[in-house]
Amino acid sequence: MNNIQKNRWKDQAFKFWGIFCTMIGLVLLTIFIGDILIDGIRRIDWDFITDLPSRKAENSGIYTALMGSIWILALTTIIAFPVGVAAGIYLEEYAKNNKLAGLLEINISNLAGVPSIIYGLLGLEVFVRIMNLGASVLAGSLTLSLLILPIVIVSTREAIKAVPQSIKDASFALGASKWQTIWHQILPASGGGILTGVILALSRAVGETAPLIVVGALAYVPFAPQSPMDEFSVMPIQIFNWISRPQAGFIENAAAAIIILLGITFIMNGIAVYFRNKWQKKWK
Amino acid sequence: MKKVVCILSLALTLGACGSKNEKKGDAHALNGTIKIDGSSTVFPVSEAVAEEFRNVQPDVKVTIGVSGTGGGFQKFSRGETNISNASRPIKDKEIAICKENNINYLELEVAYDGLAVLVNPENTWVDSFTIEELKKIWEPAAQGTIMKWNQIRPEWPDEEIHLYGPGVASGTYDYFTEAVVGKSGSSRGDFTASEDDHVLVQGISGDKYSLGFFGLAYYSENKDKLTLIGVHNGTEVVKPSLETVKNGTYSPLSRPLFVYVNSTSVKSPEVVEFVNFYLETAGELATDVGYIPLPEEKYTQQKESFKSFVADNQ
Repeated sequence: MNNIQKNRWKDQAFKFWGIFCTMIGLVLLTIFIGDILIDGIRRIDWDFITDLPSRKAENSGIYTALMGSIWILALTTIIAFPVGVAAGIYLEEYAKNNKLAGLLEINISNLAGVPSIIYGLLGLEVFVRIMNLGASVLAGSLTLSLLILPIVIVSTREAIKAVPQSIKDASFALGASKWQTIWHQILPASGGGILTGVILALSRAVGETAPLIVVGALAYVPFAPQSPMDEFSVMPIQIFNWISRPQAGFIENAAAAIIILLGITFIMNGIAVYFRNKWQKKWK
Repeated sequence: MKKVVCILSLALTLGACGSKNEKKGDAHALNGTIKIDGSSTVFPVSEAVAEEFRNVQPDVKVTIGVSGTGGGFQKFSRGETNISNASRPIKDKEIAICKENNINYLELEVAYDGLAVLVNPENTWVDSFTIEELKKIWEPAAQGTIMKWNQIRPEWPDEEIHLYGPGVASGTYDYFTEAVVGKSGSSRGDFTASEDDHVLVQGISGDKYSLGFFGLAYYSENKDKLTLIGVHNGTEVVKPSLETVKNGTYSPLSRPLFVYVNSTSVKSPEVVEFVNFYLETAGELATDVGYIPLPEEKYTQQKESFKSFVADNQ
């Protein structure tokens, strides 16, 4: 075997190894989704979505948990989006090379790696007790906002970095101020990337259980939240609660609720992809 | 002019009073919120009661959290909740905090939970265990030394014993270790632990040389996959069942489940109504969710003690 043959063989081997690695994720996801679909798809109907929790598996529904999740998602977006994007813009455009920025950068990366339950403990002490918000939707949303802020900030910065220097230079050359450049050039150009980051961060928030349990989210609430100060439950807590019940009917319920939760995250990821494509085309 | 206003407002106030009294008189439609938190083991019972209570008093909002028995008492002792679910009696430390915050309470038993000891259906040699044998298997000193079935009784096979049990954070584990080893939370570490009891069911049903324990409700749902083993209570071998747990002969592996009621809360009629409803329906609803009801007279007794507790705290 000469050198050329050897290299070709290596090339082929690596290619198959690559295919194998790519397939692991895909196959696992397929098995997982298939398994859940088999267990739960028959259980999903309109009643399942509009019913309150019950001790009888066949009468229970996810209404309050679903409403709680929607509330949490909406409030978390309202809080985390402006704060995270503004912080990202500041770090990328204003505080580029000073010491403070370096320190902030390290801290933000570290925060992204803090286990979520720690955020729960922080939320319990600061929002629930000191700020006296109680175990409310608002306290839960603030906690989750803290949790996803690092992700939002990092993805905002990445998106802004991807905007070519030539565009900024052109804007400045035409006499635009820094703010005008950011508002009229950089943000529109990086909007798709920023939105993608925010939506992916929110998809993570919608699946969080531990921090919300610590903050005091409930397992049984017979009403949907009417205001940010109301108590709430969320889908992952409802799922966890059902999984830990001995009766087989609850396992089916849990599978059905998982399908709906997966559906929500898929739709959110879909929206992220859509925005990314739309923005990219417009900009080109 | 002033007089007219005075009279009018007086009339209005009186009128308001009148209508309020009337409301109390007919079918007493109550409203308000009742906050419950605590053990996830007791949760299914409280959830069932809250669900049924909705039919009787649709305007009373009952919410239930699952912070665990300890977490529940933490909130209860700060006066943040009206009722606390507990799978063990309140501890001295927790009582002290309650006293500090001027919180009096009443302890009520609502149902029993049995712990089942289980083996694989292909296991033909075990017919019963004594508590000493279970202790020999599970105590911390057994780790690395008691590894084979024939170390427990010589006639049992010379095969490795595989242990399964609930995770160390669960109340079930605490209770089992307290009853068997003698010290809550102390056991050998080399067993397959899972917070999800379905995993334990699967583990034991797929392993001929397995031995495990968990709540009786999980056995009732998986009777075909597991063999229930009787435990010697000092006089005879008893298998856990509705009867033996209820009459106390399945001992020491059965435990009462509690709710604690805050004394200031019983000033609100909706809490009083709810607790009375709880004691009335708990027996039937406990069966629905897989637990075992107390004997009827125990509920009656507790209704009486709750009545005097309410009277003392008005």
